[in-house]
Amino acid sequence: MTPLPPFQTVLDEHSAAVMGILRGAVGRDGAEDCFQETFIAALRAYPRLEDARNLRGWLLTIAHRKAIDHHRANGRRPIPVAEVPETAAENGVPEPDERLWAAVGALPPKQRAAVALRYGSDLRHNEIAAALGCSPEAARRSLHEGLKRLRKELG
Amino acid sequence: MKTATDNAIDGTIINKFRARAAEEGLLDVAYTSADSPFGPLLLATTKRGLVRVGLPNQDPDELLVDLADRVSPRVLEAPAELDEARRELDLYFDGKLDHFDLPLDWRLSSGFRQRVLRAIDRIPYGQTRSYTEMARKAGNERAVRAAGSACGSNPIPLVVPCHRVLRTGGALGGYGGGLPMKQALLELEGVLDDKSSS
Repeated sequence: MTPLPPFQTVLDEHSAAVMGILRGAVGRDGAEDCFQETFIAALRAYPRLEDARNLRGWLLTIAHRKAIDHHRANGRRPIPVAEVPETAAENGVPEPDERLWAAVGALPPKQRAAVALRYGSDLRHNEIAAALGCSPEAARRSLHEGLKRLRKELG
Repeated sequence: MKTATDNAIDGTIINKFRARAAEEGLLDVAYTSADSPFGPLLLATTKRGLVRVGLPNQDPDELLVDLADRVSPRVLEAPAELDEARRELDLYFDGKLDHFDLPLDWRLSSGFRQRVLRAIDRIPYGQTRSYTEMARKAGNERAVRAAGSACGSNPIPLVVPCHRVLRTGGALGGYGGGLPMKQALLELEGVLDDKSSS
């Protein structure tokens, strides 16, 4: 068994990734509260964690649940579009526009999370799977379905 | 593509997290770094009291990993929890404090070693004792070597003043922070003649 590192190390190494997916999932305003909820829940559960090998996936799973809680508490309103982190244009990906992110916000939760994790946080399929608590195959499917729907909506 | 590392975290968010962790009783080990004339010290406290002082020649990362393993993995940097320890150490290094008044957590030592360390804790400022006396105080006069190794493994040096323990006859013996530091501490306390070596 890999021993658990000091929690400060976990915070130092993964807080940016957690904030990234939360900004993608709930917007900048909600992200800070979700961030606190995520790390307090993680700190509380930490000593009982049995496997220290995928701390990032573990944290992202918690963050994802907190984002869902946040959406429930806010009546599933769409994500505040103007606050979504930008996907840079340097490698040919167009700047996100309001229509795009509004459409992402309107996706079913799993698809929305998969799209936000892939393009908002630059996670790979297996990391998305860890964050969503599903198999990499299911993560790939959610992403695929989400993208298909976006293409249809945005023409 | 924007990567996660660009999502910089504002320091106030981390401060808020620390405060809430403390509030909810989740700060099992709080630590900070503190300046000293010898270099940076690592200070760590539990809810019981000061549990670890890392000397400048010790790797703080290793000490934190050890604390995570032996006390609790809920180890967080939280300087405010160590304000009083830092204040007393500053005064001590200025020669303005001759008795630490800090609660201590002894859990990193046990048995004979802990008895030796508790005996060391009672050596007054500016005085020295021998390893033999410490072994006797801990209940086994013949365990001089074990008393020496208890000093060497002192988790709370400076505050538990293992630098006041010398060889019978007055030779310095050893010190986890290096002999020049032991010598300087004894000079500070007026035990050795100031600058006798220069």
